[in-house]
Amino acid sequence: MTPFSYARANNAAEALQLGRGGAANYLGGGTNLVDLMRETIAKPDRLVDVTGLSDAITDTADDGLLIGAAVRNTALAEHPAVRTRYPMLSRAILAGASAQIRNMATVGGNLLQRTRCTYFYDTDGSRCNKRVPGSGCDAVGGFTRIHAVLGASPACVATHPSDMCVALAALDAVVHVEGAGGARTLSFGDLHRLPGDRPELDTVLEVGELITAIELPPLPFAASSTYRKVRDRASYAFALISVAAAIDVVDGEIRDVRLALGGVAHKPWRATTAEALLRGRPATEAAFRDAAIAELADARPLRDNGFKIELAKRTIVAVLGDLSGATA
Amino acid sequence: MPILVNGSAVALPNDPRVSLLDLLREGLHLSGTKKGCNQGACGACTVLVDGERILSCLALAVQYEGRSVTTIEGLSDGDGLHPLQQAFIDHDGFQCGYCTPGQICSAIGMAAEAKRGVPSHVSADLSTDVRLTREELQERMSGNLCRCGAHNGIIDAIRDTVAAELAA
Repeated sequence: MTPFSYARANNAAEALQLGRGGAANYLGGGTNLVDLMRETIAKPDRLVDVTGLSDAITDTADDGLLIGAAVRNTALAEHPAVRTRYPMLSRAILAGASAQIRNMATVGGNLLQRTRCTYFYDTDGSRCNKRVPGSGCDAVGGFTRIHAVLGASPACVATHPSDMCVALAALDAVVHVEGAGGARTLSFGDLHRLPGDRPELDTVLEVGELITAIELPPLPFAASSTYRKVRDRASYAFALISVAAAIDVVDGEIRDVRLALGGVAHKPWRATTAEALLRGRPATEAAFRDAAIAELADARPLRDNGFKIELAKRTIVAVLGDLSGATA
Repeated sequence: MPILVNGSAVALPNDPRVSLLDLLREGLHLSGTKKGCNQGACGACTVLVDGERILSCLALAVQYEGRSVTTIEGLSDGDGLHPLQQAFIDHDGFQCGYCTPGQICSAIGMAAEAKRGVPSHVSADLSTDVRLTREELQERMSGNLCRCGAHNGIIDAIRDTVAAELAA
């Protein structure tokens, strides 16, 4: 680890003040950043501890939820309002990492974790455009079982590792941020980027901008939502494919649906194509299959991950079928 | 403000790079807590902070100012063993023993989580109380790896002690 100074912020204003200038990083639970620093992938000269920001989970005026950036992952997963009103979010969090890590990790930090692409981590042996911009990508043409099939670029085929973020994408979460220019909100789908030719940028946040809270809009039919994760072992592994879904079926017809995929792209993948096809259709397996095929139409396999395309389709069909009770 | 380690006040390190794990092992010579992967993948460094299990390898010690840390050395009362330590012996819950302190601290934190109703990935219903079935224990303990393959004995030891207390 390269040397750095450490300061603790008690609120967002203090954090912005302490984070101004130089190569500062905000520090949450440390479960990703400390590891990246140890690997010398991240080399901040100053850490601003933001675990003193709000850790409150409160109802909003319109029956949504406001979640402070310093809420720990376990606290969010176990909160009664999340378990009953947004179960896909509880399930997504509980599918990720281990209990020890969930106890440490903050909500804000979860959003800003970096890819687990093995070439990104291999500082000694591999080129990586995300780690060293312009150096090349050894994942392309390499071992790509865990890599992206949607939205990738010649510069980067990494995936976003978060489970929680897949549910937040499906739930249309709103990200509250503060920076030198004041406070603003971002739609969750706009926070993370596709790699394009700037894969070193995971998000659209400006330097020094700080996530202060996540807001969940009300979504009554999310009360029976879920999250399914397919991975190489039963627990404590990153997703090959994951699906967050909620579906509102009235008299056999799909009135509304939310669908997002993990493990397929550089960002949590909101399946807007499939959603648009499903609204107004009968809730049948055939409709789910058609929508899944359309969503994955632009998927492009790398050497080792072609299986993900069919796996994603089947997981979408299975999850929507389970939620709606549809039969073939 | 210092850190409390097994009830004793300990000064914060001057260098913020020092992990809680290195503070325990190198600074305080509490070598019960083990350094396995040092990257959050194995659970050997698990300790309890204010009763919650965390990974001390990913924790910068300076972040834990004023908090109360319990390590394997702080579990037993005097010369006796903690009941879970005895259960690990009774059930052959280890061979080499390297993961054991982390397994035991993790299990104690796990039981507290279950007691307050934290669901897990394998909980069929998020709204009901937790029942610590074998499947639940395996999932909840999946952050602690045992390369000797003593997982069955580990789960048996936990079922007989901290999980049994919850069911009672």
